Amino acid sequence: MTLEMLNLSIATPEIFLLALACTVLVVDVYLKDDSRNVTYVLSQIGLIITLVLISQQSLQSRELAFNGLFVNDLLANVLKYAVVLLVAIVFVYSRRYLQDRSIFKGEFYVLGLFGLLGMMVMISANHFLSMYLGLELLSLSLYAMVAFNRENSNAAEAAMKYFVLGAIASGMLLYGMSMVYGMTGSLNIIEVAVAIEQMKNDNLVLIFGLVFMVIGLSFKLGAVPFHMWIPDVYHGSPTTVTSYIATAPKVAGFAMVIRLLAESMGSLQADWQGMLIILAVLSMAVGNVIAIAQSNLKRLFAYSTISHVGFIMLGLLAGNQEGYSAAMFYTLTYAIMSLGGFGVIILLTRKGFEADNIDDLKGLNQRSPWFAFIMLIIIFSMAGVPPTVGFWAKLAVLKAVVNIDMLWLALVAVFFSIIGIFYYLRIIKLMYFDEAEDKSEINCTRDMQIALSANGLTVLMLGIYPAALMSLCLAAFA
Amino acid sequence: MFADWPLLSLVVWLPIIGGVAVLLSGDKGSSEGSRRLALIISLVTFVLSLGLYTNFDNSTSAMQFQERFEWIGDFSIYYHLGVDGLSMPLIVLTTFTTILVILAGWEVIQKRASQYMAAFLIMEGLMNGVFSALDSMFFYVFWEAMLIPMFIIIGVWGGPKRVYATIKFFIYTFFGSVFMLVAMIYMYYQSGSFAILDMHNLKLGMTEQTLIFFAFLAAFAVKVPMWPVHTWLPDAHVEAPTGGSVILAAIMLKIGGYGFLRFTLPITPDASLSYDWLIIGMSLIAVVYIGFVALVQSDMKKLVAYSSIAHMGFVTLGLFVIFRIWGNAENADISGAALAVEGAMVQMISHGFISGAMFLMIGVLYDRMHSREIADYGGVVNTMPVFAAFAVFFAMSNAGLPGTSGFVGEFMVILAAFKASFWIAFLAATTLILGAAYTLWMVKRVFYGEVKNDNVKALQDLNQRELLIMSILAIAVLGLGLYPAPLVDVMHASVDNLLHHIAQSKLP
Repeated sequence: MTLEMLNLSIATPEIFLLALACTVLVVDVYLKDDSRNVTYVLSQIGLIITLVLISQQSLQSRELAFNGLFVNDLLANVLKYAVVLLVAIVFVYSRRYLQDRSIFKGEFYVLGLFGLLGMMVMISANHFLSMYLGLELLSLSLYAMVAFNRENSNAAEAAMKYFVLGAIASGMLLYGMSMVYGMTGSLNIIEVAVAIEQMKNDNLVLIFGLVFMVIGLSFKLGAVPFHMWIPDVYHGSPTTVTSYIATAPKVAGFAMVIRLLAESMGSLQADWQGMLIILAVLSMAVGNVIAIAQSNLKRLFAYSTISHVGFIMLGLLAGNQEGYSAAMFYTLTYAIMSLGGFGVIILLTRKGFEADNIDDLKGLNQRSPWFAFIMLIIIFSMAGVPPTVGFWAKLAVLKAVVNIDMLWLALVAVFFSIIGIFYYLRIIKLMYFDEAEDKSEINCTRDMQIALSANGLTVLMLGIYPAALMSLCLAAFA
Repeated sequence: MFADWPLLSLVVWLPIIGGVAVLLSGDKGSSEGSRRLALIISLVTFVLSLGLYTNFDNSTSAMQFQERFEWIGDFSIYYHLGVDGLSMPLIVLTTFTTILVILAGWEVIQKRASQYMAAFLIMEGLMNGVFSALDSMFFYVFWEAMLIPMFIIIGVWGGPKRVYATIKFFIYTFFGSVFMLVAMIYMYYQSGSFAILDMHNLKLGMTEQTLIFFAFLAAFAVKVPMWPVHTWLPDAHVEAPTGGSVILAAIMLKIGGYGFLRFTLPITPDASLSYDWLIIGMSLIAVVYIGFVALVQSDMKKLVAYSSIAHMGFVTLGLFVIFRIWGNAENADISGAALAVEGAMVQMISHGFISGAMFLMIGVLYDRMHSREIADYGGVVNTMPVFAAFAVFFAMSNAGLPGTSGFVGEFMVILAAFKASFWIAFLAATTLILGAAYTLWMVKRVFYGEVKNDNVKALQDLNQRELLIMSILAIAVLGLGLYPAPLVDVMHASVDNLLHHIAQSKLP
């Protein structure tokens, strides 16, 4: 194998990120506790450079590297840009939170960076092995991050649950992959696609492989009935880790579904469409209904995530350019909303106070009209009310579903979004209509204020002018 | 006057941007500055909307003042504004009413005044957007976005049960509108565009038309509101602050009626024809049954809320009775049908003034006594003679006294209904008795008789601000009642065009 075949240049962002993570790891060892900010600043600078490197990549053509293990296309570039940006903002949100709890340690950033590397590998995977490698790198980092606050028993329990269920899911995925390998004789996504296309008649083993892979993917995305880990993990983790789990890995999970189902199994679409319909309807139903009964804000967001995954699946199951791009638009915008939602929770925390009960939002409009407004935008966006971007995401997905003559599915989706509106309205009610019980000043650093405001306003701005992002998503599947 | 300005964009965006400015002006110290700023913005918007009236060409039914830019190219959604004779009067009504609402909240609202004023300004812009959008998605964005400020207005400044009322209001309206959204997406794939005017020319089979008809009905019937989905309205009205009730009654209800005119009738004429009995039946129940319900209310605001439902029954009756008129006429005579539709339009505008006035009146009493119970009042005329004079006048117009605007619309609809069927007209005409009964009985109990208690004895008559609001409204009601021609002339060409559209079968 020559160096040209490796085609290293298209993987420069990943290579740089790996170097960065190792550097941060080493540098952090030699830092004293009071100079931990160096780790933080170093990671942020590294992430900015990674962003620059990603934007340097050529978007003209689809390029392979590492002997077909790694692919770079517009889809990969857009998604990578998104995950790096999301992680960078999570880091901004987390600094004060970690300091307040005396867990401001280098490990958080190192694990975060390694997880990010895993996500980028997943996004660019063109091979079942590289996909699995990326997924495990991400998952192992996440398990450790969930248990990051060692003294907290909730966190330990959540990490345990996450690890066991995650391992089962990975096992399922691997088992499915092995069956597909057995039938097609290849692990390369493009070769698998070609091989499946040539097999004319129904192949039972292949379908079994597909089923196991869909189960594995649903676990990772958190679709009902494979959603049980989500509420516990969201609830048990430190809020900063929750905000990490709830945002960037969703984008990577979307890429995984696209690479594994759409790209390699595209010709089996008739088979996986049926499975995704069931998963989507169940997710929307269970997510929206159970969310009503939650009194913990993180659990509420967890169930809301499940219902949003249902919507993303609606776009995926359409199985055409319109559907995939709608699902991509939904995933990206949902990650932004979710980031903002957890950002507000982090904003309200202080030393010894987690602010994760929904009553902690009471009277936010009195305490800080500006951040109440930001949360208002984010919540209405999650509910899908214009002029926020959540509406356009829902519209794009519904449009894709109507276009494949599944009007009934669109009606089911809007029906559950009516149920969903209730718990979102309850949050608004607490912030605006109730008197504040806790009138303490919201103390927060300037960088967090700026980032959170920008986050909320992005949700509004994308709602007023969604065209650019929309056409980018369409172009990614052209 | 400003003929070449982008007037529609201005009346939509000036209040919204102005509202944000008022919001930013904040509540630190006295809110006097925010209030002044809000008033100035609403006045300027009103003057601009008058430009729409003066430059309006009565002779054509085409959309005027059109502005069209690409907004979301990949979905072929356009920023497309335009008005015809059906929507222009409603825009002027909106800008007019907003001024009154801002004046009415001047001293009463002390809690977070800048947010209050801003919410109403943003509402104004969004409602103007609903009336002027010609792209169905653009329409839908305004239609839904409107819920947010109203939700906040009722929830923050409302009465004791405000949370229940406002969540009920939001969920009801949201429930109706999402099905309309699916219908719009479906029609997009049939016509290849979200433009409302393209949808008017779309050929649709009977099954499709029926489904779309009911999807639209879910959205508009909740908004009007029609019996039996009216139950959110009494709650919302009672709990909303005075300004919120005025906007709800005067404008938001009209959006439902406007929806029937703009979407249901021209897009699904065949389905409307076969289900006209349903709408006519629901409208008559609203007129008669809700009229009786209004009679037994002990809460003034609730009474006026029910009377609003009954009056809006006339609007939907006028819009759908046209099919019966056609059924009876030999050669599809449109003049009778035009009378019905124009009657419905006049009724919408006039109800905007009258219901606004009624809620402002109740607001005047509530600000002084903090009670809406009829039983707490009595003999108010002795302490507030000027106010009582206005109250009697508005009550009379609510009951449909000839010479006031309330009479014109009801009379036109009843007259047209006679051409359809005697019994429809007969039942509709009972409103003249019921309306008089519940309104005048309320006035009698509140204003006449002995001074009931010390609180009534201590009442102060109208101050200058309230006198100004009442006088402006009285002039509007009287003017429209005595000389409705300027309003009817504006809508004539558009109504004719609409009827020609409805008369054509849209079956493929």
